[in-house]
Amino acid sequence: MTDANATPLVEMRDISIAFGGVKAVDGVSVDLRAGEVVALLGHNGAGKSTLIKILSGAYPRDSGEILVNGQPAEIENPRDAKKYGIETIYQSLALADNVDAAANLFLGRELTTRWGTLDDAAMEAACREVMGRLNPNFTRFKEPVKALSGGQRQSVAIARAIHFNARILIMDEPTAALGPQETAQVAELTLQLKQEGIGIFLISHDIHDVFDLADRVAVMKNGKLVGSGRVGDMTKDEVLGMIILGKCPPGATPGPGALAA
Amino acid sequence: MADAASRQRAASPLTVNGFLRATEIDTRMLGMLGALAVIWIGFHLASGGTFLTPRNLWNLSVQSASIAVMATGMVLVIVTRNIDLSVGSMLGFIGMTMGVMQAEWLPTIWGYDHPLTWIVALAFGVGVGVAIGALHGWVIAYLGVPAFIVTLGGLLAWRGGAWWVTSGRTVAPMDGTFALIGGGVQGSIGAAASWAIALAACAAILAGLWFGRLRRRSFGFPLRPLWAEGVLGLLGCGAVLAAVAVFNTYPWPSRVAERWAEANGTVVPEGGFAHGLAIPVLVALAVGVGMTFLATRTRFGRYVFAIGGNPEAAELAGVDVAWVKMKVFMLMGGLVALGAAISTARLNAATNAQGQLDELYVIAAAVIGGTSLAGGAGTIAGAMIGAVVMQSLQSGMVLMGLDTPLQNIVVGLVLVVAVWVDTMYRGRKA
Ligand SMILES: Nc1ncnc2c1ncn2[C@@H]1O[C@H](COP(=O)(O)OP(=O)(O)OP(=O)(O)O)[C@@H](O)[C@H]1O
Ligand SMILES: [Mg+2]
Repeated sequence: MTDANATPLVEMRDISIAFGGVKAVDGVSVDLRAGEVVALLGHNGAGKSTLIKILSGAYPRDSGEILVNGQPAEIENPRDAKKYGIETIYQSLALADNVDAAANLFLGRELTTRWGTLDDAAMEAACREVMGRLNPNFTRFKEPVKALSGGQRQSVAIARAIHFNARILIMDEPTAALGPQETAQVAELTLQLKQEGIGIFLISHDIHDVFDLADRVAVMKNGKLVGSGRVGDMTKDEVLGMIILGKCPPGATPGPGALAA
Repeated sequence: MADAASRQRAASPLTVNGFLRATEIDTRMLGMLGALAVIWIGFHLASGGTFLTPRNLWNLSVQSASIAVMATGMVLVIVTRNIDLSVGSMLGFIGMTMGVMQAEWLPTIWGYDHPLTWIVALAFGVGVGVAIGALHGWVIAYLGVPAFIVTLGGLLAWRGGAWWVTSGRTVAPMDGTFALIGGGVQGSIGAAASWAIALAACAAILAGLWFGRLRRRSFGFPLRPLWAEGVLGLLGCGAVLAAVAVFNTYPWPSRVAERWAEANGTVVPEGGFAHGLAIPVLVALAVGVGMTFLATRTRFGRYVFAIGGNPEAAELAGVDVAWVKMKVFMLMGGLVALGAAISTARLNAATNAQGQLDELYVIAAAVIGGTSLAGGAGTIAGAMIGAVVMQSLQSGMVLMGLDTPLQNIVVGLVLVVAVWVDTMYRGRKA
């Protein structure tokens, strides 16, 4: 499906970051090609969110390199990441609670009128359209997002990431708060975006979802990469073994965090 | 959508709830206006009918202007989860520099009463204010020192600075044109011009409602019922016209009027010359309109509120949070300079004690006006009404002959009670 020899869309090489004494991410390398879904797995606190926050510009890395389309990318803050077409759905959702869905959708990229003033009507119209695709039952466009349910808030966060023609999409547990219907909608959307050639990093604890959606998995444990490989080359049990024990199966490429065999 | 429309149709003008829902009038704002009405009527009765007079209301409008101007900036400062304790001292320092500029430096260049003196002094003051704000904002936003500490330092430092400019000497008088910014007989625009402004304001209110409706219709969004638009237009225009009518019935002192009539070869008309709107009030209203525009219609305003709601989210969305915060403090500094101009012009002097305790009045105005100290919520209009509430309390107590210590006690109590009421209101809504 994807050409393994093409230049990766994103390459993160030997990335490390420490918070105080905690090495949250320790020498991790992952890559992502266009039209590919790579699942990042690992137990709680393994460093998944921290790794992708480095890619999205939220944290400055201590060491390592990020390449976009084979070129070294300078990502110092979230604005830089967006310039490279990197959009992120954060685990914390990162919504401004006191403003409405449209304001959150366009935060930092507001539509303006000819006179440079906010074009709230146009933003609301666009918001109604994209939310209609994601969560057709959503009607509370006028309310601050703190008045919304967890799932509705998550829909807003997803809408924000997909509305701006991302080339690289990071989804950190995007369906954690969603009901079955909305979860199915997001899965469908993920496959559709993949068809459009977007590269997707998906973080999820649901191994079934991962096997349905992802082309490859990369597993982290205690900040280190256990290994990575194609979904077709491994069983679910083997992947669970990687997550829980750090044991790299024969179908995967071991990383620095793999248990010595 | 269909369900929203039916809800709109169901909103009847005959029930209080239906009325508020259809007109989208903020109940909080309504509560504040109610409190103001209670204060006014209470003082009117308690003072034996001297509070609700054109003269007192006109004075109230002029006295509120400086605090109201600064409160609009304080709203944005508090919305971004900061505070500025230094505005009173900044006012003293900037007022002093503007005073020295126009009364001592500029006259050595081009003599007294030069037509450019006022504007140069004012621009200089605004420049100093923005520079001080930039310094505060930079230390707060880029060095990460809490605003409470930075501006507490500023509270001391700029008061010291105000003394230092002239070693404590009072500077007076101000330039003749500059003094008009403070109001008074000459610093008011008279009846005819006041009516003209009132009519223009009414036209703007109606046009705003009309274009807002057209715009919502072009996107197919739910509309307010027509009668609700009518009520809003009527209330808005009615308030403007009533205020101007009151200011236009406050005549100049008869001696001043006679002297002016004599000098200009006319006679004093029946009822005398009216004050009309005072220039400081016009300045405050213009600032209010401008700041409301900035807060609600521009990206900058949107970022200010988003930062107040969730600073991390704003940063992750790509907002340059530190720069926005720094700009908020620069704006605050500029507005303090305007407040300083109004207050020195009104006193016709710059003293090093000017603006003492103003930080409390400004913060109180913003908070009473609905600005949440937790950040993320507040309105410019609310803060300006809050300034009028604070000033009403103060002048009411003066009118009733309460002495200053007692006034301070009352103001302190009112502030705490107002925030308590606000906390309960928010708790109920959340
Ligand atoms: N801002 C921070 N400051 C200090 N420590 C942090 C910070 N962010 C993450 N950590 C630490 O880094 C480690 C990795 O956290 P991270 O959020 O990346 O885990 P995760 O793999 O996303 O876990 P989960 O599945 O629970 O979301 C944890 O030990 C966490 O405590
Ligand atoms: Mg996480």
